[in-house]
Amino acid sequence: MRIEEHPVLEFKRGKKVYFTYDGEKLEGYEGETIAAALHAAGVKVLSHSDRNRPRGFYCAIGNCSSCFMEVNGVSNVKVCIEPLREDMDVKTQKGKGKIV
Amino acid sequence: MKNVELLVIGGGPAGLCAAISAAEAGVDVLLAERDEWLGGQLVKQTHMFFGSEKQQASVRGVDIGKILVKKVEDYKNIEVMENATVLGLYEDGVVTLQQDGNYVKVHPKSVVITTGASEKTLVFPNNDLPGVYGAGAVQTLMNVYGVKPGNKVLMVGAGNIGLIVSYQLMQAGVEVEAIVDASPNIGGYLVHASKIRRMGIPILTRHTVKEAIGKEALEAAVIWELDDKWQPIPGSEKKLDVDVMCISVGLTPLSELLWQIGCRMEFVGELGGFVPIRNDKLQTSLDGIFVAGDVAGVEEASSAMVEGSLAGLSASSYLGYKIDVEKELERDYLNQLSDLRSGPVGEKIRQGLAKALISQEVTNPGQGS
Ligand SMILES: Cc1cc2nc3c(=O)[nH]c(=O)nc-3n(C[C@H](O)[C@H](O)[C@H](O)COP(=O)(O)OP(=O)(O)OC[C@H]3O[C@@H](n4cnc5c(N)ncnc54)[C@H](O)[C@@H]3O)c2cc1C
Ligand code: FES
Repeated sequence: MRIEEHPVLEFKRGKKVYFTYDGEKLEGYEGETIAAALHAAGVKVLSHSDRNRPRGFYCAIGNCSSCFMEVNGVSNVKVCIEPLREDMDVKTQKGKGKIV
Repeated sequence: MKNVELLVIGGGPAGLCAAISAAEAGVDVLLAERDEWLGGQLVKQTHMFFGSEKQQASVRGVDIGKILVKKVEDYKNIEVMENATVLGLYEDGVVTLQQDGNYVKVHPKSVVITTGASEKTLVFPNNDLPGVYGAGAVQTLMNVYGVKPGNKVLMVGAGNIGLIVSYQLMQAGVEVEAIVDASPNIGGYLVHASKIRRMGIPILTRHTVKEAIGKEALEAAVIWELDDKWQPIPGSEKKLDVDVMCISVGLTPLSELLWQIGCRMEFVGELGGFVPIRNDKLQTSLDGIFVAGDVAGVEEASSAMVEGSLAGLSASSYLGYKIDVEKELERDYLNQLSDLRSGPVGEKIRQGLAKALISQEVTNPGQGS
């Protein structure tokens, strides 16, 4: 859900980019974070904890580690501050993820 | 290894002002910021400031941020590293940071730490469900990225942040079901509270969250009333159909780096948690390590800016720079701070600071040894 009209702010969105989320093709804008693009597409669940509880973001500024996902094969990426790029491969993370 | 005179950690209002004030004195400054942009929390503050009149109280936070960033960019002796997270400070003076996947070592002669604060959370069943977010997080999502957090919100906490974010949610076209606060009083300024009430949002004092309900994400929240002893009253439960809950119960200093290098820390509830013991020039218990802004005690942006300027000045003087108007500047910053902290609104801060300050006699002689 994107805000289209706002009394104070004007959103200058960047170039449209495409990325995959669990294999599904989604779109977002350059200059936003992965978490923002996912939320705009209605995706709130970013990972499942060790005990299989759903997890979303909490602080959105990189402080709390609640938003870990697997991005381009790398686990434990804080998607609330990770900028979205064209063709990124974003996956829901299970538990602690893979340590490479 | 990169040798620098002064390293400023964090590019929020405090860090920007510290860098500007030191650069003005002639110091070569390296400013490291974790985000891809400078400005800290200011980038999401679309409302007029609630600070004092003197520190641009009627300007929007975002715009103050832009002014400061522009100034920083104009100084040739400030080098900015964005996307650069400081990882550790070590006894031999080396500071390590990570930038774009690279590990960088820096050797500064002095450091100003301005890492800000992080949002606290609240304990209740299912508080980990997606949809339960920090109020600041929702503010970031809306005001920086233009994305709505959901359709219907329960705001927990009626302090200034809770009130302001509720107002901004309505501006963005999101419904706010209610604001609850455990305390019998509204913590935020009454101007904000009246504005909220005029918009028809109920502010329920003596109420808290009993539990969050939902399978994969938040579907509803149960609130209940508290009695005079802050105990929940059984039977007073109300279920609200909300898909977002914003937690706005305060901030706590982001002090990991201070702990790691071994600054003396003290728990001061009034300042949000553990804070570094410092002197009135904002030097910590360690020689050449200064602090400013929320990491030194959670306050607000206006005081963070003045503290930043003061810490930058103190660091310059520590580095041996002769500043003609040093005493005047210092007095001005200290006066601005005491103005900001005057009156009933500043009482909590004043009490907190009294516990965090070491008196001059104790600091001067064996400082840092
Ligand atoms: C939701 C919300 C609303 C607010 N509204 C107002 C308001 O209306 N008026 C007001 O006066 N105050 C307001 N405040 C408070 C105000 O924003 C803060 O007091 C002020 O921003 C503190 O400034 P700071 O520079 O200390 O910290 P911050 O602005 O938090 O900046 C700290 C910076 O340090 C960076 N950082 C952290 N760790 C590292 C690291 N290891 N390496 C590199 N960089 C790092 C962060 O990314 C950040 O940019 C609000 C705060 C919040 C959270
Ligand atoms: S949501 Fe807190 S680190 Fe990403």
